[in-house]
Amino acid sequence: MFKKSIFPKDIAGMEMRGVFGKALAIQGEKHENLVLLGADAIESTRAIDFANKFPERSFNFGIAEQEMLSAAAGFALCGKIPVVAAYGFLISLRSCEQVRTDICYPNLNVKMVGTHTGLSMGPGGTTHHSTEDIAVMRSFANMTVIAPADPFELVKALDEAILHPGPVYLRAGRGPMPTIFSDEIIFKIGQSHLLREGKDVTLIAYGSMVAPALEAGEILLQNSIEARILNTGTIKPLDEKAIISAANETGAIVTAEEHNIIGGLGEAVAALTARVKPVPVQMVAINDTYCGIGPEEPLRQKHGLTIENIVMAAKKAIALK
Amino acid sequence: MEKLDAQQLTKKANELRVVCLDMIKEAGSGHVGGSLSAMDILTALYFNILNVIPENPNYRHRDRFILSAGHKAAAYVAVLAARGFYDMNLLKTFNKMDSPFGMHPDMHKIPGCDMSTGSLGHGLPVGVGMALALRMDGIKSKVVVLMGDGEIHEGSVWEAAMGAAHYNLDNIVAIVDYNKCCMDGPIESILNIEPIVDKWKCFGWSIREINGHKMEEILTAFKNLPDQRGKPTVIIADTIKGKGIPSVEGKYSSHYAVCSEDMLNECKLQIDNEE
Repeated sequence: MFKKSIFPKDIAGMEMRGVFGKALAIQGEKHENLVLLGADAIESTRAIDFANKFPERSFNFGIAEQEMLSAAAGFALCGKIPVVAAYGFLISLRSCEQVRTDICYPNLNVKMVGTHTGLSMGPGGTTHHSTEDIAVMRSFANMTVIAPADPFELVKALDEAILHPGPVYLRAGRGPMPTIFSDEIIFKIGQSHLLREGKDVTLIAYGSMVAPALEAGEILLQNSIEARILNTGTIKPLDEKAIISAANETGAIVTAEEHNIIGGLGEAVAALTARVKPVPVQMVAINDTYCGIGPEEPLRQKHGLTIENIVMAAKKAIALK
Repeated sequence: MEKLDAQQLTKKANELRVVCLDMIKEAGSGHVGGSLSAMDILTALYFNILNVIPENPNYRHRDRFILSAGHKAAAYVAVLAARGFYDMNLLKTFNKMDSPFGMHPDMHKIPGCDMSTGSLGHGLPVGVGMALALRMDGIKSKVVVLMGDGEIHEGSVWEAAMGAAHYNLDNIVAIVDYNKCCMDGPIESILNIEPIVDKWKCFGWSIREINGHKMEEILTAFKNLPDQRGKPTVIIADTIKGKGIPSVEGKYSSHYAVCSEDMLNECKLQIDNEE
């Protein structure tokens, strides 16, 4: 029985990739059959913390992501729990068919951790942005898609992902994220977190857009609008119950995500509500474009991933009721 | 099971050619050419070379086999049935609604199948992962991956070729079913893979070149492996597309084809003449 805390020390304010690396090293103690697969980015993804501790369980494939994802399937077929650590776009786009054919179709126990996701590679430009990963990964049957909003959710999500039998894509981010939870967080795959109760509109977000959604909630309150706020750390399977309750009880929804507007959380929520309880759904997301070059935060602002846009979207959704 | 010798294997492979063609005839069409070019190798693997237990298909210490050229499934599923993994009668369902057997194998539906395949260039990288995991656990099993010749056009094959050599995986054996035909035409006209031996050699592999239809040569190729300690081995098997039906042998058009009654009879006649 593993008795140690799964939480590394002092993670509040730490870079998300750093949290991932430290948490993975602890998971290595917890699971003897956990192996790490990297593609010349073991240092950069910070999985190096695991690799330093368990060199015999760490495999660098060089810049050969397609081989790496297929090899992960091979490890899983022989009883290992492979954790693939790579930039999000390389898992979801470069190795897309390997993920679908070798991992999801046979439903193998592979954990794929995408780092440097969304616009977190800012000046790296479009080649290094991961703004389609959620759309691609959630389209595969058998796949679970998780995107934590802070260091504590990341640690707990990684723990749950490793315990979950089957393919998981975990969108880890790169730099620091504001602290929202604590080490008492309860994380269950497919369950959202109710961060604020409200009756007029529901803001649903994951990852880097959860903190802006919380701030938007404050501004809306100053305008006498009570916004319910949900963190959907799991994007697939979606917490349908919480979202349908939100549709029933607040009558309007805003989604916010650091991802292209096509194929992300917004479309998932809109598809669900359209089927079960049609309500106005406004989406704050990247407007089907490539985002170019710039520092991470200004790039987010330029592409509309702002508190102000969430506030405006909430008002518009309410007006459409 | 007693291992079959070369003569018995030839006879078994010929029987299974007829079984396989009968399946394809019943289904309407199928991958005739590649199934027949790989039939001798597959028969030798399952009736002599591989350590597998049909009654316990997931036996941890078994040898692993990946049919990376998944479109040769008609031959593969016939061989597995004959080896006792499931009832031969099930083969009648090939390609039919809800059959366990389609054009490409599904590991969750076919007892004894170690990996679902069909899209080319996936088997060798999966095999690399298996070989690394088995070695970690001190399991002496070998991992055998059968690829088509056109399949090695895929870049992922060469990623894995580098990976296997880098990790000194002498527990992996790749087979290239070199029948010299792609779907669109002769391989040399589509994308030439020569000099194939030099390519594998410079990627750090040991090479064994054989006639893929001569059982003695197939069996010898698997003796005394690894060929060189610390090196993966590739067997380049010189084969004939459509082997066993004289009128289609060597023709790329047999890649995916209808199997007529005449073709089936031609195959049977050829076998009778040989015997």
